[in-house]
Amino acid sequence: MKRFSGDISLVLGGAAGQGVQTVEALLVQVLKREGYNVFASKEYMSRIRGGSNSTEIRITDTKRRAFVKRIDLLFAMDKGVIPHLKDRISERTLVFGEKEKVGTLANHEIYDVPFTRFANELGNPIFTSTVAVGIALGVLGADLEAFETYLREHFERKGEEIVKKNIEAAQKGYTFGKHLAYDEGIEVHIKREKKVSEELLMEGSEALGLGTLAGGCNYISSYPMSPGTVLLNYLAAHGKPFGVVVDQAEDEIAAINQGLGAGYAGARAVVTTSGGGFSLMTEGVSLAGMIETPIVIHIGQRPGPATGLPTRTEQGDLNLALYAGHGEFPRVILAPGTHQETFSLARHAFYLADKYQIPVFILMDQYLIDSIVSFPKDDLTVKLVEHFIVETKEDYRRYEITKDGISPRGIPGHGTGLVCVDSDEHDESAHITESASVRLLMHEKRLRKSIGITDEALLPTEIGNLKDAETLIVAWGSNRGVLEEALELSGNTAVAGLHFHQVYPLPEKAKKSFKGKKIVVLENNASGQFANVLRLEYGIKVTESILKYDGDPFSVEEVVEKIKALV
Amino acid sequence: MIDKKRYDMPANTDMAWCPGCGNFPILNIIKMALSELDIPPEEVVMCSGIGQAAKTPQYLRVHYFNGLHGRALPPAIAIKNSNPSLTVIAESGDGDTYGEGGNHFLHTIRRNPNITNIVHNNMVYGLTKGQASPTSEKGMKTPVQVDGVVLEPFNPVATAITLGATFVGRVFSGDILQAKEIVKQAILHKGYALVDVFQPCIVFNKQNTYQWFKENTYYLDETHEKGNRSKALDIAFNMEKMALGVIYQAAEKPSYETLVRAGAEPLYKTPLDTGALSQLIEGYSK
Repeated sequence: MKRFSGDISLVLGGAAGQGVQTVEALLVQVLKREGYNVFASKEYMSRIRGGSNSTEIRITDTKRRAFVKRIDLLFAMDKGVIPHLKDRISERTLVFGEKEKVGTLANHEIYDVPFTRFANELGNPIFTSTVAVGIALGVLGADLEAFETYLREHFERKGEEIVKKNIEAAQKGYTFGKHLAYDEGIEVHIKREKKVSEELLMEGSEALGLGTLAGGCNYISSYPMSPGTVLLNYLAAHGKPFGVVVDQAEDEIAAINQGLGAGYAGARAVVTTSGGGFSLMTEGVSLAGMIETPIVIHIGQRPGPATGLPTRTEQGDLNLALYAGHGEFPRVILAPGTHQETFSLARHAFYLADKYQIPVFILMDQYLIDSIVSFPKDDLTVKLVEHFIVETKEDYRRYEITKDGISPRGIPGHGTGLVCVDSDEHDESAHITESASVRLLMHEKRLRKSIGITDEALLPTEIGNLKDAETLIVAWGSNRGVLEEALELSGNTAVAGLHFHQVYPLPEKAKKSFKGKKIVVLENNASGQFANVLRLEYGIKVTESILKYDGDPFSVEEVVEKIKALV
Repeated sequence: MIDKKRYDMPANTDMAWCPGCGNFPILNIIKMALSELDIPPEEVVMCSGIGQAAKTPQYLRVHYFNGLHGRALPPAIAIKNSNPSLTVIAESGDGDTYGEGGNHFLHTIRRNPNITNIVHNNMVYGLTKGQASPTSEKGMKTPVQVDGVVLEPFNPVATAITLGATFVGRVFSGDILQAKEIVKQAILHKGYALVDVFQPCIVFNKQNTYQWFKENTYYLDETHEKGNRSKALDIAFNMEKMALGVIYQAAEKPSYETLVRAGAEPLYKTPLDTGALSQLIEGYSK
């Protein structure tokens, strides 16, 4: 049976540098333009050339945002792909590739598709990616028109000749793909919707970049580290019209100390890194707590300890973000589960940091950062940024004791007062003190901000019917999509889900959702870090954990299996 | 000229420096320089790290960011970038700037922000009670270097010249008038300016005393070609008899804050361009 309908998983595999990512970017873009729902996620090795990388593109009738293990159509660019993905190839998987390059697979047919030969016939191997996309569209039974339009737009500035050659390459591939599908009886049926073609299509990293700009960010100092670098790249590429100062720091220590300097002077600063780089920043987090200067910290999580698996995914740095920095001070940790949430939480992070003068964390991970999906334009709203800076008077005191713990924040050069901050314990005017009574007043003032922060904590998202469910599966951050789909597929109303996109502090109101239920926590780490936060914040004992820590995201299939095993 | 008293700390401030400390004249030097340059307290931000020298802003009336050990420079860069109209001075000790903050020292010079970096160099760790600093002389005995320092001393002046700093001066805190003139020149210089200040620690450094500095230093005179980099380096490498004055000053280069941003409007004044953002978002629907 070679008929696929409603939900297809197309995987592209090849060595780094072979254009897998180019084909992915082209294909998702073109499919979206044609009105298909797409969701793409990738896995790759920590190297510049060679190795074996793959990208999964799901094309579905209903919107999905989760990884499936299953492969329906596999396009292999070299001999490393089949061994690399052998556990995901089933009898049903259709494998396409150049026979001489791909090798063989026991008891399995491989459809010979001449990517390179076609490209060479057109005079340049550079057309391989275009041919490949053409073939894929042909096999899928999609239209070619959107692709031709895309190629025209994309290559226009390179001249008519290049446009013509690319369109020729696309047509050659497409015709071949169509014939192949017809000859082999391959049928693909996926719904197309006009409204999808008008949606936004972006990577998690782009949603993060846009949300950062929407939060009024105008300063970034960071040191490159995968997968955190994406935000530094994004603001460098798109921040100029928004007046964003971009500094590549000499190390992460400099980065966060610059961020705090910028915040002190009235900028809205962000730093981006991964767990290892963040380890170097921890002294700065503590400084932010003491001098009460806003800073937004993005951690793109990857498996540790130490260098770990640099290009893979994990939710292993929740404890790190929660406990980083010596001493006691308030903080907020946000962990988006979708692209839309990534945008709105990035904006929210700047609001909270500014309002409460605290460090605010955005925890993402490689999987969410690199995944691509489309969603309606209205999901992202742009509004004016709320500021909390005051103009100082001559008798201004930076750390005035207030009821809610928030001292009005002045900045140097705005008003007639002097703005002083100090990492030592200090009095209201920031002078160093060792007075025990002043220490008490100041420490309590800083900690008092937690009341307002907790009152504003974001409520988790309910998935399914919580009221009647006996079992509650709790997830946080990037696992929202997989939990939603697995719960839907399992069709068991005795199980519902609860997804947290603010993971610290937790909103008091949500505590009641747990009452009388069996609690299962699903997370991408080995020690159940969020289960510990639930115990810490709510005093809840978690019955069971579903954990994964091999560097890959959860697949829908394995979560469905786990849910079945629970009941 | 602004009345020097305007920079005086509040009357009731508790002073943590030892009586007779070399930090006192440096404090006076800063006040004199700012007053003579007519820079009011409201336009000055002083950044410091940790240590006795780093407490300097506590005893002044200016804006200050007294941050972490070794980290006076990163916030100074960012403050200048965020509001170029402010006069930014990073002031800390030799351990803070050349040891804990060594990497920032190197890369701040490479960036060339328009800030002044004043380093109190007393060749010893004071606040932690007498260990070697990066500039301690070889052979100096301390509670940790019990057989004497075995490392070569760090040479900040030569390092700064090598990395392309366009203003490198060295002064002695015992000569307030000369030091003040050089600090003024450093503040006026557009770009990163280093002033290394020799200063005795009367409690923990018994060998580099007021007398020792007088005997082991000399003043550069008007014949010194301060724009000649190789001659300046020769002078910098002479650790036996150490020169005081502007050792190197080159033509100003574009400073960092003019390279990484457009204009000089403080960043807090720039509102979010919601139209541009909506347009950027719209681009993802293509």
